[in-house]
Amino acid sequence: MPTVSMTVNGKAVSGEVESRTLLVQFIREHLELTGTHVGCDTSQCGACVVHVNGEVAKSCTMLAVQAEGANVTTIEGLANGDDLHPMQEAFRNNHGLQCGFCTPGMVMTAVDLANKNKNPSEQQIREGLEGNICRCTGYHNIVKSVAEGARNMGG
Amino acid sequence: MKFPAFKYLRPSSVAEAAAQLAEHGDDARLLAGGQTLMPVLAMRLAEPEVLIDLGRIENLRGIALEDDALRLGAMTRYVDLERSALVAEHAPLITRALPYVAHVAIRNRGTIGGSVALADPAAEMPACMLALGAEIELTSTEGNRWIAAEDYFLGLYETAREDTEILTAIRIPLAPERRVGFYEVARRHGDYALAGAAAVGDVEDGRIQGLRVAMFGCDDLPVLAKTAAKAAETGVLDGAWLEADVSPTSNINGEAHIRLAQARVAFRRAVTDLLGVSNG
Repeated sequence: MPTVSMTVNGKAVSGEVESRTLLVQFIREHLELTGTHVGCDTSQCGACVVHVNGEVAKSCTMLAVQAEGANVTTIEGLANGDDLHPMQEAFRNNHGLQCGFCTPGMVMTAVDLANKNKNPSEQQIREGLEGNICRCTGYHNIVKSVAEGARNMGG
Repeated sequence: MKFPAFKYLRPSSVAEAAAQLAEHGDDARLLAGGQTLMPVLAMRLAEPEVLIDLGRIENLRGIALEDDALRLGAMTRYVDLERSALVAEHAPLITRALPYVAHVAIRNRGTIGGSVALADPAAEMPACMLALGAEIELTSTEGNRWIAAEDYFLGLYETAREDTEILTAIRIPLAPERRVGFYEVARRHGDYALAGAAAVGDVEDGRIQGLRVAMFGCDDLPVLAKTAAKAAETGVLDGAWLEADVSPTSNINGEAHIRLAQARVAFRRAVTDLLGVSNG
């Protein structure tokens, strides 16, 4: 079996995986970082979004071996100890989640959006979240959360 | 495991990849950005024995201005095209079409070569290649050849690429005065198009000349709407003649007459986009 090595949330990790192992399986099953969720497994829903080399990617649509040498950030990598990341804090303040299943992917996508655009409009937020589906349909508060989170990240 | 088991190869040069492909033939699949192939494997619609990952071949990436063309490496990602000033200047149709391609996380991984190699009839990039009169480079252990986009797309996911060939680059001829327009009808932004149109042409005194409109999502392959484009050059912009060019059939997305109506909307809006007139 191939060996794969990468940096996840700042730590060097490696493991033996089957070639067919997805990045999300490596993160959840080998590293036991279960914050990243698997929804559809076919790149539709966005629950599995992580950052790969600083860019959002769907970890269900990428093999672990393709991430060889990459720098990966998952939802667990955002908070600083007990201090939530400003985007996580904003989701909490605005009740930006209902069942919470889509939340890790929403937050990772939102952080990327805010990194690129410090003051996104509602329209830009909604467009930025096109690849993330909330089956509770709780988009209203998610959009409010992202707006606040982006403001707080900038300030 | 949802995925079928396969042997994973990661060549570091085109020559190495071509040799691997020659050895494994149609037991192998080439992996570009994987934004279609991964879901296809997850659904086990394909079960290749060997996966050849082109992701670490550095000289397959990149955008370069040549004497008479803009050259795009096959593994150039959508996001790199989106951010490229060279593409915006010399192939603005691509810049115009990219926001319609899926969404950010997909565009960070998906590649132009992957899309053109797959030849999904509802995808944006194959239609843009056809409208732009692009040339496609295919490379095997025997050497390379260039083929015009018009001769490359043959049918549903069917192209002139042989099993032993790798799509390695795309050349887009430079045409500084050319204007572009794009539109697609979709249920949800980022979904595959129900019908779409990519247009290039020159405008002189408000009249369109040399118009090329590639329709996608209508037939099994992207097609040039030659009759409707001729009519548009005489001022008939509404795609009234489009049924001479495309033949949508009734399918899960709608009855044939509805799909033809959607194609007309896409045609009209792409052409008015080209003219710089607001879309009605």
